[in-house]
Amino acid sequence: MTLYGLIFYLLGGIILVATLLAITSRNIMHAIVYLIVSFFGMAPVFYLLGAPLLALMEIIIYAGAIMVLFIFIVMMLKVEVTPISAWAWLRQWAPAVALSAVSAAIVVFLIWQEPAPQTVLPLAMAGPQKFGRFVYQQYWFAVEIASFLLFVALVGAYYLGRQKPGSEDKS
Amino acid sequence: MIVPFSHVLILASLLFLMGAACAVARRNLIMILVGVEIMLNAAALALVAGSLHWGALDGQAFVIFIFAVAASEVAVGLALIVYAQRRTGSVMADDYNRLKG
Repeated sequence: MTLYGLIFYLLGGIILVATLLAITSRNIMHAIVYLIVSFFGMAPVFYLLGAPLLALMEIIIYAGAIMVLFIFIVMMLKVEVTPISAWAWLRQWAPAVALSAVSAAIVVFLIWQEPAPQTVLPLAMAGPQKFGRFVYQQYWFAVEIASFLLFVALVGAYYLGRQKPGSEDKS
Repeated sequence: MIVPFSHVLILASLLFLMGAACAVARRNLIMILVGVEIMLNAAALALVAGSLHWGALDGQAFVIFIFAVAASEVAVGLALIVYAQRRTGSVMADDYNRLKG
């Protein structure tokens, strides 16, 4: 195993443990901070897989913008931690864990017995300049559509979040 | 040179199923959105690994669009949560059982 492989498995362990803690944490703020750890672990994995620009965007957009938006909303809404009984907790989680475990077993088995994915990945790197040229030459129309989608999301978020004139804030 | 392609795929699928379990099991609307974010991130990991495996940049280009979709989804989703919390005073999915709030 090379050094890069060791780093990948280490980061994979960090990502899995942080995500597991995030989805099971009772406190939402703790969950979001664990999720930031998971995304920070994902960024070097992207770098190892040859996408340095995407690694930076993962940190800037995911760990920076999206998670900060979550933290703002959690602080704004004063979400209280409601204690639930062990039986209710089990009824919530048992079906989801059972379905996920079955799906995970099937997926891992399918990936394992297929010979094509067993090939070791090469060590390559697509720099930001090359990648940007590629995106704007091959996918310029999709970039325009993505920008339009972001604009629509901006207008929609503004429309949903505005206060009605004359109504005071109750939240 | 690095790791087999299958190990990256297994990591991505485990992450995706964790996100799906979070979106299904949690009752809080914010945690449901967090589950969706985890699923989108797992899909991005699989696409980057596939891009390296086949030596084509298309997978990485799709990850850009996944980022755009994730950002717009979380903006609209959180605005909807704020709106629903203003209307009903709760962010738990169990409390939304009436058509007219």
